[in-house]
Amino acid sequence: MTMKITRRRALATTAATTLATTGPFFTSAHAAPPAEKITPELIAAAKKEGKVTWYTSIDLVLGEKVGKAFEAKFPGVSMKLERSGAERNFQRIGQEYASKIYNCDVVNSSDAAHLIVWKRQKILAAYVPEDVARDFPDGEKDPDGMFASWRVTLCPMGYNTKLVKAEDAPKSYADLLDPKWVGKLVKAHPGYSGTIMTSTQQCSRDLGWPFFEKLSKQKVMQVQSATEPPKKVILGERQVMVDGGEYVVLEAKSRGEPIEVIYPTEGTPLITGPSAIMAGAPNPNAARLFYAWSMTAEAQQLNIDVAGLRSAHPKAVDKPGVRKFADIKLMKEEASVVADKADEIKAQYVKYFKV
Amino acid sequence: MTLPRFDLSRPMIGAVVAILAVMIVLPVGWLVVYAFSDKAGNPTLANFVTLFTDPSFEDPLITTLIIAFSTSAICCVVAAPLGWLVARTDMPLARTFRVLVMASLVTPPFVGAIAWEMLAAPNSGLLNQIWRTVTGAPADEALFDIYTLTGLIFTIVCYTFPYVFILVANALDRMPGELEDASSMLGAGTWATARRITIPLALPTLLAGALIAFLQALNIFGSPAILAIPAGFHTLTTKIWSLFEFPPKPELAAATALPLLVLTVALLRAQSLVLGRRSYAVLGGKYGAPRLIRLGSLRIPAALLAMALLSLPLFLPYAALFNTAFSPISSEFVTPATFTLRNVFFTFGQLSSTMPALVNTLELATLSATVCGLLALLVSYIVARRAVRGWPVLNFLATAPLAIPGIVLGVGLFLAYTRPPLTLYGTIWILLIAFVTIELPAAYQQFRSAFHAVHPELEEAGRMLGATRVRTLWNITGPLLRASIVATWCFVFVGVIRELSAAVILFTSETKVVAVLIFDLKESGDVGAIAVLSLTIVVITAFVLALANRLGSGRDAVRLRTLA
Repeated sequence: MTMKITRRRALATTAATTLATTGPFFTSAHAAPPAEKITPELIAAAKKEGKVTWYTSIDLVLGEKVGKAFEAKFPGVSMKLERSGAERNFQRIGQEYASKIYNCDVVNSSDAAHLIVWKRQKILAAYVPEDVARDFPDGEKDPDGMFASWRVTLCPMGYNTKLVKAEDAPKSYADLLDPKWVGKLVKAHPGYSGTIMTSTQQCSRDLGWPFFEKLSKQKVMQVQSATEPPKKVILGERQVMVDGGEYVVLEAKSRGEPIEVIYPTEGTPLITGPSAIMAGAPNPNAARLFYAWSMTAEAQQLNIDVAGLRSAHPKAVDKPGVRKFADIKLMKEEASVVADKADEIKAQYVKYFKV
Repeated sequence: MTLPRFDLSRPMIGAVVAILAVMIVLPVGWLVVYAFSDKAGNPTLANFVTLFTDPSFEDPLITTLIIAFSTSAICCVVAAPLGWLVARTDMPLARTFRVLVMASLVTPPFVGAIAWEMLAAPNSGLLNQIWRTVTGAPADEALFDIYTLTGLIFTIVCYTFPYVFILVANALDRMPGELEDASSMLGAGTWATARRITIPLALPTLLAGALIAFLQALNIFGSPAILAIPAGFHTLTTKIWSLFEFPPKPELAAATALPLLVLTVALLRAQSLVLGRRSYAVLGGKYGAPRLIRLGSLRIPAALLAMALLSLPLFLPYAALFNTAFSPISSEFVTPATFTLRNVFFTFGQLSSTMPALVNTLELATLSATVCGLLALLVSYIVARRAVRGWPVLNFLATAPLAIPGIVLGVGLFLAYTRPPLTLYGTIWILLIAFVTIELPAAYQQFRSAFHAVHPELEEAGRMLGATRVRTLWNITGPLLRASIVATWCFVFVGVIRELSAAVILFTSETKVVAVLIFDLKESGDVGAIAVLSLTIVVITAFVLALANRLGSGRDAVRLRTLA
């Protein structure tokens, strides 16, 4: 409410400096700071601070597991996890920073556009962990060293395997418009979830808004976080999820819950969730330590194994049995477009879904 | 001649006026400024044009009015006979019943809404599952659908009618038996006495209850956020909340809140016009215990009916919460084979926000209850005894927060306290101010009806014997009101724990309260942790209330049986 810089304005002011994008991020000639290792000095300084506050939109249970793994790796530094929808975190950080409240050390968002906006606002700190410099592909890191893709996932559809037979399950977004799915669908909200904001931009681009208009007539149950549709499907409250975090589905499936992923034939939205250190981090060393650790092959492998995520780190190994990106038709992610059009997308969405 | 003793009342009254003015005028002032401003801060009426021409605002307005009227009416219809049964008849288990109603009041309404989701979601709801099993109905048929307007009204009533019930029952407790005895002696039957004496005497309280229910339903945020959004409709509060999504539109939110303010002021005005001319002092120096009416063969059915009603806010939701807390999946009935402590372990072992949120919540609840109780006591005394010339202003200020939805107050406070000289955002003090402001009207109403019941003759006696106002208040009025004071403290304590709508705007990661934590958990569907946290909060609250009640009950003339 006191955040004067809108995404649009933030972008407009510096749009001239940006070039076309290959991955979710801008690529142009920049100088990132030199790569940093996790040194004993950094660990000691982090322990002196004793804690790190991490704003993220990752599923809570999985986020706390990451936090506990970090605490186990570096005893003496406690993790305070602040989980909320990416769009809400974005709003909160704006609100807190406008009041000069600096609680957040490390931020992770499922809406890559947020990082672009924060970078423009100059509230991120440049820091390049060794793994990011050495291993991460160019499309997965900011050329100025401000942020890098901490997590990669998709926003697929899914269904309850107890309530829907595999052959009856929808195969495409178009299938969802069949009258047989009236009252049986659940969907998350772009005003709350960064994943859904990102996927709504991709779907409205590739399928057109009339798809959403027709979908809204299917008596869709509207939830907020992209982590909730899989949970509603597992409960059996709705049979099919229109969208949601792939990792939540994969993780639940690995625990034997009755849920299966659907990669729609039109393509599946790709969701990159970058992390960054805040320039005003109250615990700068603990922030660097957590950020650097979270990008290591070890931590990225944990994301895959424990959380069902995917990774930008080439040394992290995909989970067996999970379909590879090469075998999935992916929709193209355009963070810069989301940054530019987020308000429009939300307004259009509310027009159809009323909330 | 002795020197005139220094009367503390002047500076105290001055301080109260100043505090109230700052507390209420500051955020409301900012709201008004914002409502009539555009983004750049220039004066405009554009926000109101949008408000009254855009259907996305009209629909929530109509929905909200439907909810508020229905809730108010249903609450009175349910609570008045129940209050009468408990206070004035020999229905068995009456005391237990009061304690249980209190317990249902401890439940935050949004927790109740979540529990009712577990019970009556059309497909996964436990009640619907039982119904399908019993009747053999097909899998996609449901007996209840909580994601509807009716479902929403139902859950709001569940957690609003206890307020009305307690007000009515307390009023009936305080009503002197002599009046009814006189009526009987003059030959009136039971019903004639009820109609001519009891009901008219209870009417002001019932009207106050109806008003409180109306305003609660008008301003409630949690239940609609949980039930209306999945169903695809907004109420005014959720609409206002959605206006704070990025990019926030505080101007429009403020404009949306102003009609609510006007409506509420009009209602309160109407209430005082209806009640203002009569005197309802029923507690004088002499006082007879009320008579109990014998129900005869209706005793057991009455008790059964009361308990059946209580299952809606209490037994069923708590059964669902227990089921969820100890079950691997909330849509399945827990069995000894599936019983798990996973959710408990997660909530207390892994969830890093649990302990800070619990500490913040209890700290704030205790502080707010104490501060708000003192303030409300002083204000209601000043108003009831018309101790200063400007008392109607105080009366207005102390009631005004009722008209401000918590979420809008949150915004007003945010606007007021994110700038010098008092930059309080990010501290628990801004939450304290919010909670005290929000709870002030309820506390004030409590004390006001209590003062209405204490005849000024008792204080006048004290004053005539030379005591100052403060001394009279301390020595005479205070002890007479002891039960009310304890009850009000508990009301506020519970109210703070239930409060979500302002906190949802004002919290930061360092000042998160349990309600906000639960709301966050809800948004990501982590119902297991919600169940554990809700049960924890309820146990702690029950413990605090029991303790407060033990401290509060004495040999007073007015015993608060509700809390006994």
